[in-house]
Amino acid sequence: MDRIPILRMGKFLLVTIQIDLYDRLATNLEADLIQMVNKTEAKGVLIDISALSIVDSFMGRILGNIGSMSKIMDAETVVVGMQPAVAITLIELGLELKGVHTALNVEKGMDLLKEKITMYDEEPEELEDEDSVE
Amino acid sequence: MKTDIAKLLQRKKKQILEDWMNMQLADASLREDLMSNEELREQSNELLDTLLKTITDKNITEATSEEFEPVNEIISGISILRARQGFSPKETGTYIFSLKEALLKTLQTDLKDDVNTMVEAIMKVNKLLDVLGILTFETFIKGREEVILRQTDEITEISTPVIRVWEGILVLPIIGTLDSSRTQVVMENLLLEIVESGSTMAILDISGVPAVDSLVAQHLIKTVAATRLMGAECIISGIRPEIAQTVVHLGIDLSNIITKSSLASALKHAFGILKLDVKRIQKDKAL
Repeated sequence: MDRIPILRMGKFLLVTIQIDLYDRLATNLEADLIQMVNKTEAKGVLIDISALSIVDSFMGRILGNIGSMSKIMDAETVVVGMQPAVAITLIELGLELKGVHTALNVEKGMDLLKEKITMYDEEPEELEDEDSVE
Repeated sequence: MKTDIAKLLQRKKKQILEDWMNMQLADASLREDLMSNEELREQSNELLDTLLKTITDKNITEATSEEFEPVNEIISGISILRARQGFSPKETGTYIFSLKEALLKTLQTDLKDDVNTMVEAIMKVNKLLDVLGILTFETFIKGREEVILRQTDEITEISTPVIRVWEGILVLPIIGTLDSSRTQVVMENLLLEIVESGSTMAILDISGVPAVDSLVAQHLIKTVAATRLMGAECIISGIRPEIAQTVVHLGIDLSNIITKSSLASALKHAFGILKLDVKRIQKDKAL
């Protein structure tokens, strides 16, 4: 059965969708990805959909689901490289992918993820510093 | 003996063309600025030629039949051409109706001995030319509508420029009413430009939008959401007090969207997000 490879890069998981998703593939991806997040304790998930030219409401929901699930598992999701036509379709379908971050390309997506992760990592440290001063 | 109207007219073709041309040239509505007399003669000759070749005694009362296809085509061509060249409906109408007059005149002189045949022939020719006249108007208006359609397309095309004001910042000034089709064009242009230029900020300036109702607001919200999906951020600027008032009165929630009153403040905000700093050069402070 076809599967979409999930690559691990340090704290992040990288998924590049190079073929058009069909429903079964998408549900598999959703399940695999969550398993991987759990297994690797990843802090961020980056999904590159620049090669995806067709979406329907189901795909939109899967993307949204992945975002929400990762959030519960303490990982940020960034969807990068969305085609204009795909964006318009998703908006017309009323799917705004609220729980998902977006970026223009993989590079910017990575920067965004790093920023998010360091932001969360640093916060407790700063608090500790303040505590120690007091 | 029954006179063959078609044959008679064919025989008298030269005379008819001469009469027709004279009538056209004498008419006050002749537009020599739009079409030279030679061109007019050529056009008239072609039409008359085809018409007389087509009509027979049988089909003269059936102008909508397939046999008249060539005539209809020529008339459509002439009408559309005239519509594009800027002839008025009256001038185009006069053109075809003066042909009727020329034809009737010939019938009148040639059949004056037999009044019954003359009346019958005149009735038939009258009917035929009326149908052709109606066709002229229909195609003339169609030609005009095509012109209008093309202009509308052009306006939509040029009315949605996407300007790169800074590296990574796009500005899209919207002037005029926003309807669904226009929003579609605006959205598409913006998203394509975002991909092309790799911009992360987009500013939608609506200071040229005369009124914002719930539908327009809906369109704006959609555009902003689409840009967000692409991975860019969208600011709406140029919100006038009246617009702010109507938006709040209509109960539209714009709180999820960054809104600024002027393009300048939107640009400043964009600079802030991109961590850019614009400063006035301090002159000779050290000296």
